[in-house]
Amino acid sequence: MRFQPVIGLEVHVQLKTNSKIFCGCSTRFGAAPNLHTCPVCLGLPGALPVLNRQVVEFAVMAGLATNCSITPTNIFARKNYFYPDLPKGYQISQFDLPICLAGHLDIAVGEQTKRIGITRIHMEEDAGKLVHGQGGGSGVDLNRAGTPLLEVVSEPDMRSADEAVAYLKKLYQIVTYLGICDGNMEEGSFRCDANVSVMPVGSDRFGTRAEIKNVNSFKFVKAAIEYEIARQCELIEDGGKVVQETRLFDPNKGVTRSMRGKEEAHDYRYFPDPDLVPVVISDNWINRVKNELPELPEAKYGRFLSEYSLPEYDADVLTSSRPLADYFEQCAKACGNAKAAANWVMGELTRSLNDNGLDIVQSPVSPLQLAGMISLIDKGTISGTIAKKVFEELWKNGGDAAAIVEQQGLAQVSDTGAIETAIDQIMAANMGQVEEYRGGKDKVFGFFVGQVMKAMKGKANPAVVNDLLKQKLAG
Amino acid sequence: MELYEQTMQGLHRQLKERKVSSVELTRAFLSRIEATDQAVNAFITVAAEQALAAAEAADQRIAAGQCETLTGIPLALKDIFLADGVRTTCASKMLGNFVAPYDATAWAKLKAQGAVLLGKLNMDEFAMGSSCENSAFGPTRNPWNKDHIPGGSSGGSAAAIAAQQAVVTLGTDTGGSIRQPASHCGCVGLKPTYGRVSRYGVIAYASSLDQVGPMTRDVTDAALLLGAIAGHDPKDSTSVDCPVPNYAASLQQGVKGLKIGLPKEYFIEGLDPDVQQAMDQAIEVYRKLGAEFVEVSLPHTNYAVATYYLIATAEASSNLARYEGVRFGHRAAETSGLIDLMMQSRAQGFGAEVKRRIMLGTYALSSGYYDAYYLKAQKVRTLIQQDFIRAYEQVDLLLTPVAPTPAFRIGEKTADPLQMYLSDIFTIPVNLAGICGISIPTGMSRSGLPIGLQLLGRPFGEETILRAAYDFEQATDWHTRKAAL
Repeated sequence: MRFQPVIGLEVHVQLKTNSKIFCGCSTRFGAAPNLHTCPVCLGLPGALPVLNRQVVEFAVMAGLATNCSITPTNIFARKNYFYPDLPKGYQISQFDLPICLAGHLDIAVGEQTKRIGITRIHMEEDAGKLVHGQGGGSGVDLNRAGTPLLEVVSEPDMRSADEAVAYLKKLYQIVTYLGICDGNMEEGSFRCDANVSVMPVGSDRFGTRAEIKNVNSFKFVKAAIEYEIARQCELIEDGGKVVQETRLFDPNKGVTRSMRGKEEAHDYRYFPDPDLVPVVISDNWINRVKNELPELPEAKYGRFLSEYSLPEYDADVLTSSRPLADYFEQCAKACGNAKAAANWVMGELTRSLNDNGLDIVQSPVSPLQLAGMISLIDKGTISGTIAKKVFEELWKNGGDAAAIVEQQGLAQVSDTGAIETAIDQIMAANMGQVEEYRGGKDKVFGFFVGQVMKAMKGKANPAVVNDLLKQKLAG
Repeated sequence: MELYEQTMQGLHRQLKERKVSSVELTRAFLSRIEATDQAVNAFITVAAEQALAAAEAADQRIAAGQCETLTGIPLALKDIFLADGVRTTCASKMLGNFVAPYDATAWAKLKAQGAVLLGKLNMDEFAMGSSCENSAFGPTRNPWNKDHIPGGSSGGSAAAIAAQQAVVTLGTDTGGSIRQPASHCGCVGLKPTYGRVSRYGVIAYASSLDQVGPMTRDVTDAALLLGAIAGHDPKDSTSVDCPVPNYAASLQQGVKGLKIGLPKEYFIEGLDPDVQQAMDQAIEVYRKLGAEFVEVSLPHTNYAVATYYLIATAEASSNLARYEGVRFGHRAAETSGLIDLMMQSRAQGFGAEVKRRIMLGTYALSSGYYDAYYLKAQKVRTLIQQDFIRAYEQVDLLLTPVAPTPAFRIGEKTADPLQMYLSDIFTIPVNLAGICGISIPTGMSRSGLPIGLQLLGRPFGEETILRAAYDFEQATDWHTRKAAL
């Protein structure tokens, strides 16, 4: 039997606010345990939540960027369950009136575009963290408790692990473009639960699904979904039945394991939180947010094609993240040569960043420094080869490209006299090769170019070298 | 007259004129507590040392010419208010060892004026009860007759006034918990409009119903104390941002020309004859003062108790989830694993009534029952609110009994929770509607127990009910009677 996988994703996006969703505590990651806490996020008796309006604004931004409708009156609900990392014994979330409804994202599947539905986006607070094995017991760190989250729930529209990853990357790109999430997946700022089921190809009835919890990298999502599809197919083929359950992905072994079954599922007893008043979002508010939305990846991609005449591949790579696109654009504007800027950003710069494990925002070479260097190439002051040396210098010691060329005497030589002298000397020393060339062996030409450039310490203008060599070798 | 017999406004004058010091006052009350609380058991915690230190500080402020209404006034709080550095138990074993790390807003406002906290008052555990019998620290006794309950849940707050153990106290009212004990103990108890006083730092029972209010010897003190604690609090989203009037300033405007509604559903067969008689006399007093009476109907009154016991318990089941022995409060010894730790801690920490209400509320919110119970209760709540809105189209305020009977005997209703729940029948609709109400002394039963009268106002209509209460108080002397201890 052949099977059709069906996948829906629930993504938790941690919002980049300075303070928590219901109190004034900092959201900073990595502090000493329980440092960023107060009576509210500790769930002390008598403490009450007060909504951080920035969270609402970020949620509206996410909704508008994913083509959702915005719910005018928002209610927060309590999701009740016991767990030591949940201080109040309930999580403040949204239930039947989430802030965003019925949106979609378009993803590329091969040459085609596919639309993935977004069921809803709601606001909620994060729980704390359990720290095991210190001093023989377990501890609770509530620094993260009350950190604002958006939960983005997709329709079960994806049909392969690759589609799921494409959707996830698209969503990631959007929330980081919007500047509402720092995108740090290792710290859990963007994590996902995958609902996976399989059905016979041609069927229109979905199979029983398993939910894989808390996967926090694109690679793991792909591996987890692929493993789960294979597991379910095998199970059915062996005459078994998939049971509805929650599973955990073990990245070390690449397998998913049962965490709890349906019969152990919680009854969360959702009800409207009486400590919070309804949040009314006016059309004016929505319009203001709409007008202030930054340019989104798709629009930027289109603009890079038309404004800078970039190839589709370049525009795609350069718009993959907002800081990269911003870097490119500053550089292109400053040097006036977009294609060269694109090549340098995607080539030498990206390579150096990767080698050093750096992000674009940490680049030691600024867009303006790079632009200065590109201008020198365009003016014929330096060759591409020399430029690589200049780039290395900029990377290591900073400074200004023109000054480096000046100080280190790297400027290109276009003086025909000096180049002719060098050619004459090299031809005299290599008469054998001259004869070979004249006998029709064109390949030797490259040898002469190399020798001349070496003699000129790489600074000779390659075009002039080519012309003169051709004349002289022709005899 | 002894210092401890006097009203807040009287003591304030003497403090201001330096005729008495806060330390003297505080000592007088501490010895009064010492002398009487063995019998009454109004206090869970007496904070004598802290109180005297606060009194000394208050005297310095007064010496520097800064004597606000509450400066140097010895008062006590229901043990549901967090007071920084003071044990706050909510009358539960669960919080038997819990020392509050911050101040409730209502207390913080009084503290900022230099008020002196004598201690924390007994109550029904987590404010669940009508008799003050559901306390892990033993029942409070009614100072008028120690075989009787003081009412609840703010029983300690009312008894402390009646026993003259504090000048004023604060209580909380979720279904009558200020008004009913005030009525049973012969003092004044005001439940403000929902949102009038911040709930921050008040241990939550039922968040959409809980409201903080003053319990005092007379109406003027209630007006002054309400003025001191009312107002918007940025820490409580449900506190309402509307101006706080000077309640004491409008007290003397009288009731002449006011229309008072008598809801027919509140004057029913089976009302205790002494209560009925006290009501009849009160109506006569008001008629003479120039008020006009109109019979009105609040047709959904009968559903109020059932509605309340769904909504309040549902909210409570969630509000009390934070007590699981992990971070603070009672933790069971010798448990095996996490779930066991939580289950044992809760099983040992909570009393029977609290457990009953957590179970009721959990059931009402459970999948499959939510629509039939919780959601339906919310709809009925809206109907009850509309009853009052319609009534206030015809009248300025309503007059009703506070409770169907005077204070019952200790143990009389503990075996029958339903009977106990029905004793709040006249107070519960007020919380469901979110409006304000006041209980004032209005008579004595033949057996010598106080009877209270309830005046109900429009949302944020505290000025009207206070002014009507004041006029009655001026025309009668019930508020001047003192329990013989």
